[in-house]
This record gives sequence, structure tokens and C-alpha cells, in this order.
Amino acid sequence: MTQRIAIEVTVNGTPYRREVEPRLLLSDFLRHEIGLTGTHVGCEHGVCGACTIRLDGAPVRSCLMFAVQAQGHAVATVEGLAPSPAELSPLQQAFRDAHGLQCGYCTPGILMTMSAFLEENPDPDEEAVRHALSGNLCRCTGYQHIVDAVLLAATRLKGG
Amino acid sequence: METRLVGRPVTRNEDPRLLTGRALFVDDVELPGMLHAAFLRSPHAHAKILSVDVAAAKARPGVHAVILAEDLGAYWQPGPLLVPPPPIPGMVFNQRCQVPLAKGVVRHLGEPIAMVVADSRYVAEDAVGDILVDYETLPAVGDLEAATAPDAARVHADVAGNVAAEVRQVKGDYGAARARAAHVVRRRFWYDRGASVPMETRGIVAEWDAKADRMTVWDTTQAPVVIRNGLAAMLGLSERQLRVIAPFIGGGFGPKMMMFYPEEVLVPWVAMRLGRPVKWIEDRLEHFTATTHERGQLHEAEIALDAEGRILGVRDAFLMDTGAYNPYGLTIPLNSQCTLLGCYDVPAYESRFVAVFTNRTLCTPYRGAGRQHGVFVMERLLDAAAREMGIDRTEIRRRNFLRPEQFPHRHGLIYQDFSALTYDSGNYAPILEMAKDAIGYDRFLAEEQPKARAEGRHVGLGIVCYVEGTGIGPYEGAKVRVQSSGKVTLATGIGTQGQGHFTAFAQVVAEQLGVDVRDVEVSTGDTDQFDWGVGTFASRGAVVAGSAAHGAAMAVRGKILKLAAQHFECAEEDLVLEDGKVSIAGVPGRAIPLGRLAQMANPLRGAVRPGTEPGLEATSYFGPEMGATASGVHAMVIEMDAETLRPEILRYVVVHDCGTVLNPLILAGQIHGGVAQGIGNAFFEQIAWTEDGQILNASLADYLLPTALDVPRMELLHTVTPSPFNPLGAKGAGEAGSIPVGPLYAQAIEDALDLPARGIEITEIPLSPSRLWEICNPSG
Repeated sequence: MTQRIAIEVTVNGTPYRREVEPRLLLSDFLRHEIGLTGTHVGCEHGVCGACTIRLDGAPVRSCLMFAVQAQGHAVATVEGLAPSPAELSPLQQAFRDAHGLQCGYCTPGILMTMSAFLEENPDPDEEAVRHALSGNLCRCTGYQHIVDAVLLAATRLKGG
Repeated sequence: METRLVGRPVTRNEDPRLLTGRALFVDDVELPGMLHAAFLRSPHAHAKILSVDVAAAKARPGVHAVILAEDLGAYWQPGPLLVPPPPIPGMVFNQRCQVPLAKGVVRHLGEPIAMVVADSRYVAEDAVGDILVDYETLPAVGDLEAATAPDAARVHADVAGNVAAEVRQVKGDYGAARARAAHVVRRRFWYDRGASVPMETRGIVAEWDAKADRMTVWDTTQAPVVIRNGLAAMLGLSERQLRVIAPFIGGGFGPKMMMFYPEEVLVPWVAMRLGRPVKWIEDRLEHFTATTHERGQLHEAEIALDAEGRILGVRDAFLMDTGAYNPYGLTIPLNSQCTLLGCYDVPAYESRFVAVFTNRTLCTPYRGAGRQHGVFVMERLLDAAAREMGIDRTEIRRRNFLRPEQFPHRHGLIYQDFSALTYDSGNYAPILEMAKDAIGYDRFLAEEQPKARAEGRHVGLGIVCYVEGTGIGPYEGAKVRVQSSGKVTLATGIGTQGQGHFTAFAQVVAEQLGVDVRDVEVSTGDTDQFDWGVGTFASRGAVVAGSAAHGAAMAVRGKILKLAAQHFECAEEDLVLEDGKVSIAGVPGRAIPLGRLAQMANPLRGAVRPGTEPGLEATSYFGPEMGATASGVHAMVIEMDAETLRPEILRYVVVHDCGTVLNPLILAGQIHGGVAQGIGNAFFEQIAWTEDGQILNASLADYLLPTALDVPRMELLHTVTPSPFNPLGAKGAGEAGSIPVGPLYAQAIEDALDLPARGIEITEIPLSPSRLWEICNPSG
């Protein structure tokens, strides 16, 4: 497996050129090739959702893609969410205010899933949030404060 | 104290790093020249290893080492007995600890046989696949009752009947109690295994710096100081030469408290040997076989009551699955044995257990740590007794509660922390009343349930009580320092896995020093910052390390006031410590910032006064003689689909008493998360073993964790009965949510489906729709 393929992937607006093995997972590419370790790996079989990133805007599991499949695409990770190093995005701030995280390991994947969800569903109810969240596993929070955080973020984003 | 910070819902100091992807977890450590380890693990539950051929693996390009047991020389030693058994008269304990790499025989699925170190994890895993092993499979021990038969196959050739331990504890005279009982209930209960499944698997990175003559280890452990001390001894290093860092940890729940895992012993050793940093990160499949499990217990229990339903005595005998090795001693079964007594006044108790070796993954404490089983047995016995005696289920509990004047209450048993089991404080009846009110108990029984039944709906209510022994010793410590910037640092030896220590401890310190919570920088889990301590387990962080932080902050406060009094030439009593400065009461404008005082306390010239120490710093330790006992009641209303037997939780109420609350936001999170794990344990999660010791569901696609659709919204209420055994009055809360959920499900489902009317009882956990169908249709 020494064959390497040149790819160019835009991550959080920055283009990265790398030569990678075809079997390299996108999650490993992000974490270990370009050092964006905010994306976490929980199961490597696409169930837990911790590694969720956005590919051309859509939330996807980076452990179920090879890096070469991201060639020419735009990836967004948790590192790109905050408007500046000193600020949090409204969704991140709501997670802090509502205590929507404990160990924080699943959190980046949940933020990426929920950022996409809120763009498509700016006025969700609790049930809709729970359905959207159900593909991301969290072992610490029991989800209640995560649901509260997403609803709080939605309210704030609407200007409420 | 001018401002009360303790008890306020302060948002967390650690969150910005975690929310932006800047928090360091073990797998985030990247070092120049780093190699990657992978392990060949046993595919059998029990087998002789006839031969191992590593030639192809060694020849693979990119492979740096392939290590077998015999390559370790004298470094190959069975792991230490982490928790020796307490001195209980007549106890049998057969110590058989895990080994770094299997030598000649494998005793459970996933036991490591070889370690490969290569340029990348991908190559290391390729090379694991190159290794050829000849096995001769042996009979696998699994079923607990069969395992204890005299002619049963043996996990350890020299341990007959697979007896890992046998303990009997007695208080009062159960025989006499039974003889005068008006009613006796006897049942058999089964509580099966589950896995803790933190979202972050285990991992370790080790770097040997030959020039500095030091090693640094990043480890997903709950007990970095203990790892440092043990590992230094194993590697022949002084403790000063080894720094262990438990950075941000992605959930622990107990199994990351287990020491020493084989990988923890091997990765630092091979990093030293190769002179290169080495990383190992467990994958999820490995996690299901190589990270410890918990729960499997089979109880035969009996309760004797008088004609009014008052408990005269309880007798219990149980078998406990300890897995292939028992480095964690008797913590789990002693917790079961002691927690069974629950909230109740039990004059006579006779309890005997046998811990049984099986060819399965080791069992070590997982959130609740044996307490679940005790609570399940007692609550189920009371439910059966109440029904048979025609007493309301909440009334039979109320009649048997320990009364407030009975505290501190000595039970006369020896607990897992070696102390005499003593409940520090409690007031149980108001908790039950609050829960009944909140769930609408009377109205439900009188109106809602009959109405639902008339509509053909199967709605039931569950309400159960529990205690949780928390905050045990031996001790933790904390060091508090005011920096010349005026900001404050706090360092403690325990690790943190999401419990909010960076905030709760900061509140404790900020309250004493009159600074902003955001200006207290907390360090946990780095032995270069603080290297005394035991670890984060048994819901003890807030109680024990929190009390140490309180003590250290009090001492620094004393130093601040003393120095400021000298500076202002006034009495200490006239000083006010707030907003990061010291001022004189009633004299506006006369104030000195803490940072300036810190500089004055650490001068470059002039003399520090005799008998004083430089700086505004203090270290304090707290060692409770015994733990603090939290308590609570959970209640829920459940609706069952009679055809699919799928439950829907309509209401879930928790009333909890954990003494003084440090941060209600963090506490709520702990309770929510505990309940979610309890729900998983009660209805979703079960390790599915085959008879030959294979696991059928070792993936998150097959081992079902509760999702956001499975965990209901929870209503939380609190009472506060402070602990007299620590200065904060705190009790632990980490495990409380998870403990009573099994008997809660059992009672609520029985109620919803009206099972007792059909002569059916639920005496096992976990349940599932398919298992419930079997229970409800015993003839098939």
C-alpha cells in the first residue's frame, strides 16, 4: 500500500495539497495529516457520529470516507465554527450556556450535525431536534442539555 | 465570605476549548518520529497457544518491533492487585492478575498476545494480520452456576471451582428473624453484563527523552498519579523521571480506573526500548473485548417481614462474574453486598457471595459499581412483599426507612473502602413524598391508570429508592497559588473525564479568595503539577478533592489577610477580600490587588520574615474517615406497546439528595447522564455471548446505546442533607442517576402490563422487547 495519490481538499476555507494512501480515512487525514484534531473518532464504523464534518455543507461521517474521495471538495470542521479565536458561534455559546457538553468528545460531531440542521430548520421543536440528534451518540449528558442548547441557539439565531 | 459562588450554576471554564476543537485528548498528541502500536488479540475465549510465527510481520516494511511475552524478559509480570480485599474474617481470595501479553494460554477474547510497532497504525494493523498463531481451544467457562461445579473446566488450572473469592458478612440473627416472620419472600435475580462505552476509547502515548532522562506518558486514565507511581517502579525510573498526563478524557465511567491494562505497561516500555515516541489508540472492536465490563450477578435472596411489612431480616447469596482475572479485588461485590441494605432499617442480614472466574473480559467497576445489583434485589423484594401483603409499594418503603435520628448509622458490615459501613446522614421520607407529588402518584393510581386501561392503553408507574455510597477515602490533595498576575492556580492529582472539575473546584477556590471564577485556572491529571492523589472514582471528586481545594484555599486566604494586615497596618478582621483585591472595610480607595500581594510575598530583595513561607500558596489534603451516603428516589410513568413490547417513557422524575450542591448545572448533567446510562443498562445494553465465549455484538451498530430518542426529558428535584464528614457538606452524585433504573423499569413494566395478575414477575435486567416477550409468554 505504498501508492500515493495527490489530492487537494479545502478545509475551513484553506486549501491543503497532500499525497496520501488511497486507504487513508478522511478522519485520519484531517486529524493526523493536517493536524485538525478537533474532529474526534469514536467508532470508525459510522455509528457514533463523533467524527461528523460537513462536506460541501452536508454533515457526513469522516470515518466512512477516504481522504481521496474528498478531492476537490470543501470540508468544514469544528475548528471553523467560531467567528474568531476569542469568540464562540451562537451554537457553541448556547452549548456552553445550557451545559450541553461534559467530556466534550462527541461535541464536535454534534456541533457539525446541528449547525447543518439549524440552517435547514431555523425554528425546530424538541422532537425535531431529538430526531436530528439521534444519529450522534453521547454517553455523558443524557442529551437533555444538548436539546436545550440547540433550542436556545435556534431562539437566539432568530433574534429572539 | 461576601459572595456565595458555591451552589451557583456557573457555566464551565473548560467549555471554550472543548467547543472549538482546541482541547487536547490523548489521540491528539503528535510527536516527531512517533511510531504506532497495534495488538494481536486472542480470537478465542480459552485456548493454549501452541506456536506463534512473527517472521512475516517483522519482515513487513515499516515494522519496527514485534513483541511477544518471552521478549519482555523479567518485565513480564502479572499486574498488581490494585485493590487488595479488606480484612473480613473467613474470607477466601484467590489473586490472579492479568499479564501484559499472554504466555502459553489465553483466557478471554481480546487478551493481547503480541504487540506490533510500526510507522503508522495502518501498517501496524497490517502486520498484526501477518502473525500466525496455532491454538488448541479449551472449554470456555461462562455460565456462573456451571463454573462453580467441582468438575467444571478451570479458567486458572490451579483454582478449583473457579472461585476467585468467597465472602460472608452477617449482622444480627437472620435465622431468628425468619422464625418469627409473618411473611417471607424469596426470589432469584439475574443482572447481566454491560460495557461502559465511553465515546473515547482507551489510548496511550509514551515518549522517552534520553537527553532529559525523563519519560512522558499521556494516558486515558482516571488515576494518573497511581499510574505514574506504578509505572516508574516497573520501568526502574524514579518518580521524578516520569510524568503522566491525563489530559481531556472522553468519558471514563470506571473502566479507565482499571490499572494496569496491558497496553499501559507495554507502550512506555517499547518507547524506551526503541527510543521513539509510541502511540496506541484502542479501536471500538478492541474496546468491547479488552476494556473491562461489569455487572453479571446471580442472586438468591429472601426477605422476612412482620405482619405490618416491617423488615426483620434479609438473606442473600450471590455469584458474581469477575472475568478472567481479578485485579480490582472485591470492590464490586462488596458494593453490592453493602448497598443492598438501601435506605432501610434491616436488623438482621446474612450475605454470602462467591466471585467466579470466567473466560470473559475482566469485570471492574462501571458507574454504580455493584450498587445496581444490591438496589435491584432489595427493591424487587419489597415490591413482591408489598403486593403479597396488600401494602402500597411506597408505604412499605416508608415504613422501613431509616429515620433521621438513626444517623450516623452503623450497619456493622465492612465496606469497599475498608471502613465500617456507616451512613453519614440522610432524611429519606421527604424525598419519597416529593417524588410521589411530582409524579402524581395518588392521582395516577386513582384516575389516570384506570382511565388509560379503559382505553386499552398499557400505562404503568414505577417508583424506587436507593442510596449511593460516595466520596470515600483515602485522600486527595490540592495546591492553590496566587500568581503575580493576580490570577489563581489550583492543581490536584485526580483526573477529569467531563465532570466539570475545572469549574466546580474553581468555584470553591474563588469563593474563598474573592476572585472571579474565570480567574482560577485548574490543573487536573498532570503529575508535574501535582503528584499526590488516588483518582476519580466512587463519585468522590467533588467531595474529596473539592474538600482539599477548599482547605488549600482557606490557607491561602489566611496568608493573604495576614500579609495585607501587615501592609495596611491594620487588623485582619478589618479587611475585605473581594474583586481580586484586599481593601479596608469602610475605607474606599485603600485597596491592594492580590497580584501585588503575591509579588510582596515573593520578594527579590529584602527578607521573608522568619517562620513564613514565600508566596501566597498552600497545599492541603483531605482524607475522610468514611464516605458520604447520597440518596434519592426515581419515578417514571411508562407506556408499553402490548404487541411490540416497546416502552415509551411518558414522565421521569428524580429527587436526589447529595448534600451541599457545588454547581446545580453540573449536578443536573451528572444526573441526566447517569439516568441515560441506567436506561441503557435496563433496556438496551447487553453483551451477547456465545457458549464458547465469543461476543456477538462488539460494535456500536449491534450493542445499542440509548439515543436522544430513547432518553426522556427528566424532571429533577433536590433535598439537601449535608454530610457531616467533610467541610463542604457535599456528597457525590456521579453514579446516582444510573443506580436505580433497573428496578424502576421492572416495576413500571409489571405495572403497565399488569403482569403480576398473570403470575409473572420481572426478576432480571437488562430487558429488551424480545426478552420481555419471552418473560410474558413463558410457555413460548
